[in-house]
Amino acid sequence: MSLEEYFSLVFSDYTLRTITLGTAVLGAICGMLGSFAVLRKQSLLGDAISHAALPGIAIAFLISGAKNSNTLLIGALISGLIGTFWIRGIVKKTHLKSDTALGLILSLFFGFGMLLLTFIQKMPNANQAGLDKYLFGQAATLVESDVWLMCIITGISLIVLLTFWKEFKILLFDIDYTKSLGFNTRFLDILITSFIVVAIVIGLQTVGVVLMSAMLLAPAAAARQWTNSLGTMIFLAAIFGAFSGVLGTAVSASSNNLSTGPVIVLIAAAFVVLSFIFSPGRGLLFREIRYWKNRNDLQLHKTLAFMFNIAKNHEDISHPHAVKILNNFQGYTKRSLKKLENREYITVSGSMWSLTKKGYKKATNLYNQQEETDD
Amino acid sequence: MTSAQIEIQLIASLVAIACAIPGTFLVLRKMAMISDAISHSILPGIVAGFFLTHDLNSPWLILLAAVTGIITVFLVEFIQKTGLVKEDTAIGLVFPALFSIGVIMIAKNANDVHLDVDAVLLGELAFAPFDRLEVNGTDLGPKSLWVIGCILLITVALLITFFKELKLSTFDKGLAATLGFSPVIMHYGLMATASVTTVGAFDAVGAILVVALMIAPPAMAYLLTTDLKKMLILSVIFGVIGAIAGYWVAHWLDASIAGSMTSVLGVLFLLVYLFAPGKGLISVLYRQKRQRVEVHLLTFLLHLQNHEEESERHVNHLNEHINWQKVRSKSVLDLALKNNMITIEDDIISLTKKGKSFTSEAIDYIITNKNAAIEEMKDRFFLFRG
Repeated sequence: MSLEEYFSLVFSDYTLRTITLGTAVLGAICGMLGSFAVLRKQSLLGDAISHAALPGIAIAFLISGAKNSNTLLIGALISGLIGTFWIRGIVKKTHLKSDTALGLILSLFFGFGMLLLTFIQKMPNANQAGLDKYLFGQAATLVESDVWLMCIITGISLIVLLTFWKEFKILLFDIDYTKSLGFNTRFLDILITSFIVVAIVIGLQTVGVVLMSAMLLAPAAAARQWTNSLGTMIFLAAIFGAFSGVLGTAVSASSNNLSTGPVIVLIAAAFVVLSFIFSPGRGLLFREIRYWKNRNDLQLHKTLAFMFNIAKNHEDISHPHAVKILNNFQGYTKRSLKKLENREYITVSGSMWSLTKKGYKKATNLYNQQEETDD
Repeated sequence: MTSAQIEIQLIASLVAIACAIPGTFLVLRKMAMISDAISHSILPGIVAGFFLTHDLNSPWLILLAAVTGIITVFLVEFIQKTGLVKEDTAIGLVFPALFSIGVIMIAKNANDVHLDVDAVLLGELAFAPFDRLEVNGTDLGPKSLWVIGCILLITVALLITFFKELKLSTFDKGLAATLGFSPVIMHYGLMATASVTTVGAFDAVGAILVVALMIAPPAMAYLLTTDLKKMLILSVIFGVIGAIAGYWVAHWLDASIAGSMTSVLGVLFLLVYLFAPGKGLISVLYRQKRQRVEVHLLTFLLHLQNHEEESERHVNHLNEHINWQKVRSKSVLDLALKNNMITIEDDIISLTKKGKSFTSEAIDYIITNKNAAIEEMKDRFFLFRG
């Protein structure tokens, strides 16, 4: 199936429509809640939680004996929450650092989950096939009820987000101030962390345990580069997430043997790379250009200052001098002279230059910080 | 025990030791999550190496995968240096992307690769004894035993050679740099060792569970000691216990060896986390409770010292004035009495001489020492602790 075919089928074909909608909604909610994780420096929490959810899935299956995805998700949710609170406990009560706590919970829970999964696989009556889809995710298994569930959770988290908007915002940027204002920071913290856990858990089926963290981080990290406003960032992150979901589904549907999860993650990563390079405010490209410009300006200023030092000894500031007395050391090049002339700081006639009034004024105030910086 | 069983336990123990050594330094340098990143992102390196060599145990494959690990570290640091995102976000972005590339490479070439993602993530220790190294027809033992054995030997050699430098650059980067040991070289050397170990261990315990072996034993050891050498030894011991006990649990449950090794480590960690003397949860909670009572006692004594009038020193008044519950007032009062800090006559409390000198010394101490613990003083004055 080619990409065009995919887009013509997306509105008519039930399966494709469900999957596309599902990954789009998932991308949006992950981007939205991931923004908080990124800003709170909890980026790797997502990775730990998604791994920690695995034993929950296995235990839920062992208890219920059925592959009903909702029961499994509740199991995942519970063990994800246990993992999260254990991480907090380790960091708060012992001198182990947060990275050790994250790595511990991640690997220990995951290992326990794998033990249970292999145990289940060897059970005689097991219809366990499909449990390992939670490892890498399989968007193809999404059905309409899953998409509804995602929509409902997105709706709830939107409502909560809007209700506690002000509180969340202040919690993100100044936790001590929040405390001193009398907000219950612990409650807010638990609330936002729980929603992150929920988002991760509903993504497990689609993207899988291993790659879920990227789903959470990448859209938010990309969105961060374009704006300094929290609202805009969340909005952008949701859009980036949704687009990675849709594009990822399209690409993986249009070729054989490509599981959706990795493709979505790679597309989200592409968004990040593009944002890192091309965002106007923070991007690497524009930053380099800015540096380059500043460097050139500094060279010009150096030449101008040198000229000023010569000119100020003369009665007439526009008294002509030979170009020859300028040298490379003062930042002189043919181009810099031309530039100075273009800015009307000097006039050049033949092999002589002379400072203009404007140039003189500029040079006088060159090292005066109060003066407006030049164009 | 059959010889295969012994070989499996031997391989598992060697993997555990080889992981515990770099793991200790990762934990101490607050870079534990880097091991997670490396263990995921070596996947494309392994796949590419496999295309070239068609042998999972070839040294070239290990080298190539280790290079991928170092590239990961380099990328993470590059992204972090741009200042666009924080370090943890940089880690979280790099490894899923590289891992995805690996998964897609496997999927695209599914027909000619005898390598599936599950095997890379989980490893299968149970099959390790069947892949034997033969030279001129003589059986020299399982291949992976030789691979991990070599890696372990190199790691130990490096550890002994550079122990001083590693220790210094771990605890005081600035001093190490001034003395002329480049922290950058130490850093990348450690990362290279961690990458090589991860690759060597992945086909025994799987890429993700390497993380457990790298982090859990050193974390447990860190809760038990503050001495680097002891910490290394303890981590090795914990790693080996996890490996051998894990094997027997797996044998008994008929489940994944790697999974049960991690689970045993998990249980061990839980025990250490709860019961470690001094740093475990229970002793921390106990200490916090004791410190709470002792701070209350100090507040109470200061209150007494500030008030000469009898009405302020009445037992019942304390409940109202300092706003304590009855039980707490009682326990504070008891502690003060036991330590001979106060005397009570007709429900009127007065400081004894010892109480007075403790109070004035304590207030002096609090004013002059901003954040040092007051423990030493308490030891001198208290017969009974709270």
